[in-house]
Amino acid sequence: MSKLSRRRVLRGMLNGSAVTIALPLLDCFLNENGTALASGTPIPQRFGTWSWGLGMSEAIFVPKKTGPNFDLPPEIAALAPVQEHLNLFTNFHVFKDAAPNLCHHSGWVILRSGIAPFTAENRPGETIDVTIARKIGNATRFRSLSATATGDVRDSFSYENGNSVNVPEWSPLRFYQRLFGTDFQDPNAEEFTPDPKVMVRKSSLSTVLDETKALNKEIGANDRARLDQYFTGLRDLERRFDLQLKKPDPREACIVTDRPQDLPSGLDADLVAKRHRIMTDLMLMAIACDQTRVFNMFYASAFSATTKPGYDKPHHTATHEEAVDESLQCQPNVSWYTRRAMEEWAHYVEALANFKEGDGSLLDNSLIYATTDQSFAKIHGIEGIPMFSAGRAGGKIKTGLHIDGGGSPGCRLGYTALRLMGVDVPSWGDKSNNTSSEIGEILA
Amino acid sequence: MRCRQASIMFIVGLLAACTSGTPEPEDSASPLRVRLMTGEQYSNTLADIFGADIADSVAPPLPPLARTDGLLASGATYAGVTSDQIQQIQQAAAFVAAKVVDDYHRDFLIPCEPESNKKADATCAAQFLRKTGRLLYRRPLDETRVAELTRVADSAADQTEDFYAGLALALESILISPEVIFIVDIAEPDPARPGQERLNAYSLASRLSFFLWNSAPDDALLLAAERGELHTQDGLEKAVTRLLSSARLEDGLRAFFDDMMAFDEFASLAKDPVVYPMVTGATLADAREQTLRTVIDHILDKDLDYRDLFTTRKTFMSMSLAALYETPTTNGWVAYEFPEESNRSGLLTQVSFLAAHSHAVRSSPTLRGKALRELFLCQKVPPPPPDVDFSALEDAGDVPTARERLKVHNSNPSCAGCHLITDPMGLALENFDGAGRFRETENGAELDISGELDGAEYDTVGGLAQAMRDHPKLPYCLVNRLYAYGTGGPVSLRYDRNILSYFEERFGEHNYRVPELLREIAISKAFSRVRPAPEAAEQVVNGNRANPSKLALN
Repeated sequence: MSKLSRRRVLRGMLNGSAVTIALPLLDCFLNENGTALASGTPIPQRFGTWSWGLGMSEAIFVPKKTGPNFDLPPEIAALAPVQEHLNLFTNFHVFKDAAPNLCHHSGWVILRSGIAPFTAENRPGETIDVTIARKIGNATRFRSLSATATGDVRDSFSYENGNSVNVPEWSPLRFYQRLFGTDFQDPNAEEFTPDPKVMVRKSSLSTVLDETKALNKEIGANDRARLDQYFTGLRDLERRFDLQLKKPDPREACIVTDRPQDLPSGLDADLVAKRHRIMTDLMLMAIACDQTRVFNMFYASAFSATTKPGYDKPHHTATHEEAVDESLQCQPNVSWYTRRAMEEWAHYVEALANFKEGDGSLLDNSLIYATTDQSFAKIHGIEGIPMFSAGRAGGKIKTGLHIDGGGSPGCRLGYTALRLMGVDVPSWGDKSNNTSSEIGEILA
Repeated sequence: MRCRQASIMFIVGLLAACTSGTPEPEDSASPLRVRLMTGEQYSNTLADIFGADIADSVAPPLPPLARTDGLLASGATYAGVTSDQIQQIQQAAAFVAAKVVDDYHRDFLIPCEPESNKKADATCAAQFLRKTGRLLYRRPLDETRVAELTRVADSAADQTEDFYAGLALALESILISPEVIFIVDIAEPDPARPGQERLNAYSLASRLSFFLWNSAPDDALLLAAERGELHTQDGLEKAVTRLLSSARLEDGLRAFFDDMMAFDEFASLAKDPVVYPMVTGATLADAREQTLRTVIDHILDKDLDYRDLFTTRKTFMSMSLAALYETPTTNGWVAYEFPEESNRSGLLTQVSFLAAHSHAVRSSPTLRGKALRELFLCQKVPPPPPDVDFSALEDAGDVPTARERLKVHNSNPSCAGCHLITDPMGLALENFDGAGRFRETENGAELDISGELDGAEYDTVGGLAQAMRDHPKLPYCLVNRLYAYGTGGPVSLRYDRNILSYFEERFGEHNYRVPELLREIAISKAFSRVRPAPEAAEQVVNGNRANPSKLALN
């Protein structure tokens, strides 16, 4: 850690001394924890993602004004209550280079992995949440958690590699059981007795690790990587066992909530919203109880098939079949779907902002990265694909801004997030998506 | 069941007498694979070893697979396991192990009693671990491993002062072993072909068992492997006959057809309750079940021609489906035959197909036509181009029927190419709405359901059904999918052409009886001989359902 920490500089400023020194470089304060809880436990840094489907109607989505206090055009009007907590990024591009424009695929894959995919089946690598979880997800019970509001177990944007998906929680009840089932250690419990079974589990892992190594010698080269991955996973399991043997730090905001009801399947927008809110509540508790520091929330898939009661076209179909109403400057039903998504995004941000923790909120110490798959879905546009961030990452970033990227790579936001979360990479992204340029305007 | 057994035995007898036809290609062989166990295989295995109550009490901790060349099962050969997933595998293992040793189950799942419940008992622990480990690993454990596991059980018993807790912890470490979670093909030199390899007996046993039962080998199959019987023609045929005669064959076939027909879609399928108020989650679950019952009854219980599944009017009816089919019925599942004039004939006219390949709010000739080709004929329909121009469609105005909406595509060359290979078939099913209910008209307009499927013209739904039944690719596609399913990964167009033709021919000789095709595949040389790796150059890149190549329209 640098002797000249960013917080010391800021504290100096607050104390009234005229500080003319430039703020320390981002690298210097990356590992800084935020304020402490009353108990003295430092509040951890967290990273989250959120996703919605099928982009935006540019004319009524992109604010005219950049910087602070930007205007909220009709399609993002729902963000008014949370505008101060988020940043909107427009006119950033993703680049497919030699790869084809894979409808509803290229956009999200590039923003989440930095690499343009070559086939619709292909997800070229590790997604950003996984990279960050490797860095900040090692002190919690779960390295990361993913949940989807679609009720579909296949909906995930979190991959360790092209063939290994982090399966989302899709059922509220199952999510609840996973969080608060038998392995849950209440951080606020007064008593703590290490479970002797955990010690046995940990020590017996060595035989499974040995087996994995031995098996690796018997199989072909193509499959070895999968066994290596299994080996790494077992090692990670070992780490989680270690955590279970330690008394968890108290978390005053952690409360075990009531068991939720499961919902019927289906993608009716009201039902999706309801599911999204239940999953959000559970996710918030997972964060507040420090069960994870990396969390993915999936509102809609890239091919979003959300439906509108009484309207015969699901979201994706509507993007292609509904005519643009020139007076409204949008496809009215498509815009209805996007507005519903923005309502849920606002709800998500507000829920984090309202969740008190220490002197602030869960959101204060988080950075949420929100992406979609297209800019203008009607023509499968990926230029100017919109993005959001929310939260102040423990005071490291400013919020309430609209940033015009001037056509620079959308991966800059991912790169900024990586750096803020302490992932020491010189650049992020492949070919034209590669960037080593943070979005400086949002850095505090 | 007895009837089925008898008929299979009879056919086996006939086969022995009848060895005409082309011999299996000499160079036939299949690649070694490392498959991730599917959720269903995990559950079935637990159910077979520990009982269905234990299997049902835990959600299988395995990821959904990416549909690869038509099958989820083929995705298992590429799927990896994330750290998060391993944690879930461990949690499930702990849960299962605790159940196995609990007061209720220990009496019949643990073959011995310890001297004291509060102390280690290496003899009893070893006995249990050796026996159970063999079934979970699908091969006998060597004594070093048994000793290791026993040590885990003993030291855990000492630490917890509980023999059963100790045993459970040792069982946990079996249940998280990569050898249990992955189905690993292991090769050995093939004495019949110097310099070449074959699957070792245990790998062959697993391959057979997962193919026909979708579960791990039972004791008898492992015993046959142990005795070297699976590597003799007689022994193999005997083992395969036993597998085919078992009630578990139905589980195996259900799993295969559920996969081939992409019924995983039902897990998240729903219909707009405003548009289709009579369709609930239970209706859709029953629709899936109806088709599976129809398939099993037809190909297994009655042992009929596979192709006739596409024209048969025989099925099963449940109360919730009866409302959709507009027919009276009684409680429970009952055999049912659609009246001749009902417009229902074959799988394509069942609610499962019609509803799964529609939107939540309306039918989709394009999705239905695409599914028909991809699921049953193994043809690929390309996705729409990214820069497709939809303006003509928008200007089409309020036309009443899908046919008129889709006509727009045919006037646009960039759309017409693909829509012509899906829409004419899908349009023939337009008498069924998005939930699969019969309708005479759409928006008040008469429906024209004439069309053409690869040269066969028709003007009724029955005509489409017949064209499908007679389509030359129909049996080929089943052969292709079954072979891929059995050998654990997608077929290779480069290496498998001959063997697929061979099976197709045999399938025809057996009058398209599926159990006989299963038997041919299971006892073939291709099934147990190993094709040298690697085929890296043509390895199928893993597919991802997250981005299905769904056509953009309708």
